[in-house]
Amino acid sequence: MKFRGKVWKFGDNIDTDAIIPARYLVSTDPAFFAAHCMEDADPEFVKKVSAGDIIVGGENFGCGSSREHAPIAIKAAGISCIVAKSFARIFYRNAFNIGLPIFESKDLWNIVSEGDVIDVDGDNGTIAIIGGKKPPLHIEPVPPFMQELVNDGGLMKHIAKKKL
Amino acid sequence: MTITEKILCHHTDLKEIHPGMLINAEVDIALGNDITAPIAINEFKKAGGVKVFNRNKVVLIPDHFTPNKDIDSAQQCKLIRDFAREQELTHYYDVGEVGIEHALLPEQGIVLPGDLVIGADSHTCTYGGLGAFATGMGSTDLAAAMITGEVWLKVPETMKIVFSGKLRKWVSGKDLILYIIGRIGVDGALYKTMEFTGETVGQLGMADRLTIANMVIEAGAKNGIFAPDDVTKAYVAEKAKRPYMFYGSDPDAHYASVVDIDVSKIEPQVAFPHIPSNVKGISKVGKVDIDQVVIGSCTNGRIEDLRIAAGILKQRKAARRVRLIIVPATQNIYRQALKEGLIEIFIDAHAAVSTPTCGACLGGHMGVLAEGERAVSTTNRNFVGRMGHTGSEVYLASPAIAAASAVLGHIAGPDEL
Repeated sequence: MKFRGKVWKFGDNIDTDAIIPARYLVSTDPAFFAAHCMEDADPEFVKKVSAGDIIVGGENFGCGSSREHAPIAIKAAGISCIVAKSFARIFYRNAFNIGLPIFESKDLWNIVSEGDVIDVDGDNGTIAIIGGKKPPLHIEPVPPFMQELVNDGGLMKHIAKKKL
Repeated sequence: MTITEKILCHHTDLKEIHPGMLINAEVDIALGNDITAPIAINEFKKAGGVKVFNRNKVVLIPDHFTPNKDIDSAQQCKLIRDFAREQELTHYYDVGEVGIEHALLPEQGIVLPGDLVIGADSHTCTYGGLGAFATGMGSTDLAAAMITGEVWLKVPETMKIVFSGKLRKWVSGKDLILYIIGRIGVDGALYKTMEFTGETVGQLGMADRLTIANMVIEAGAKNGIFAPDDVTKAYVAEKAKRPYMFYGSDPDAHYASVVDIDVSKIEPQVAFPHIPSNVKGISKVGKVDIDQVVIGSCTNGRIEDLRIAAGILKQRKAARRVRLIIVPATQNIYRQALKEGLIEIFIDAHAAVSTPTCGACLGGHMGVLAEGERAVSTTNRNFVGRMGHTGSEVYLASPAIAAASAVLGHIAGPDEL
């Protein structure tokens, strides 16, 4: 898994109410959620974001509600992957379950600026800022089971495969 | 092993488990609501699901945007209603019978001590108050469990919280959990179990335990748990319709950390906007004028909470500037409050008393805030825009603080009345 994209930077404890407010949880349509993605953290986000962009978050990204609508909104808005210092646990599960790649790096947030273009190399476990002078950063390896989920195309495909 | 490790272990074919292990465990109850179940049902069908693994163990509770707040929410509810009928689910409750899920399931004996419960709702962790392992997940996890009856889990490390001392007047389970979140932070227990022990636990009734376990997710925890005791025994005796198990931690169980809390030093707590860890003692709040008070939710909508509120509101009225909204969490709680004369006290205090719904807590309906408005709420989250406009503010507190604040028009404790 390799991604190159422009960075949108958010702080610590970005909660799922900020990612997709409850007033929009009256649908199952990913495009509808995408239209309101990050609305209460940055109302202009949806207008600014382009397909392939990357979100860089701080600690405890995706805390709060269990709403899977949050990673669905981010994925459907065109975000290719999220790199955060840490993830809240339900968001972490949900992201893998629906096939939104997420990576943990304690250091990237401190040296990256919004608008930077970064390369995230999930296979080799590195992140580099394009044009940056710093050596590539190490990212936390994806646990083997989570990698299996990703390889199978999400949880539902994983359990279907196991049943065969 | 700890109580959590034992419950998890007994739901696998393993003899022993330890933190960090990845396990596949059998699920006793898999829960969804009107917001999360529609996505789960779609995934269930997309994966070729025909029948749920056990119609007694899949529970669907439309409690968030019900009674249907608009056409879109009506469509969502219809989707789960149709599914519940088609699958002949034993535990589907519609408007008139339904209550707020995490109040309803313990009350009806649907979740019991020793159970392994997963729910597509973050406050599923509430059932740890009963001595069950219960944790919140997303819709796809629910869909998978509806098909297989199993769930993958990483065995969490446990943080042991040891309560000592005697509770001060007006200090409740809500104050204890707010205090802990303030102390350890919103990710202070990330991925961990919070196990509540110590001499003070015996002073806590089931309502307080459920409130404490309810909000462990606000510290990032996977689950919170109280070992069952006589209080648990008395609570479940009349409710259980199937066998259940009491587990406890071994004396040599391993804990990742231990937090000692002398509750006698804790005063009623208030979490200021916009994060549940932004906690102050009531004596340090200052004068914060308010526009609305909500007493209810899966955190504090039980009969014990309503009794406390009524004790303070009796022969008093909400301040003219305050809209007071009281939401008994289930129909049985509503009926009991009627019998005890609490509803009359609330109406005399100019409260709007509502049918059970999660509506106000998540800014859905039944009490949405306008820009610049402030609410004191007995709910569990005070994020930006949680209860309405992004320019509104939510202050989290106990029913006692909420009721006193409603009367005075600013945040205050009952001693100021």
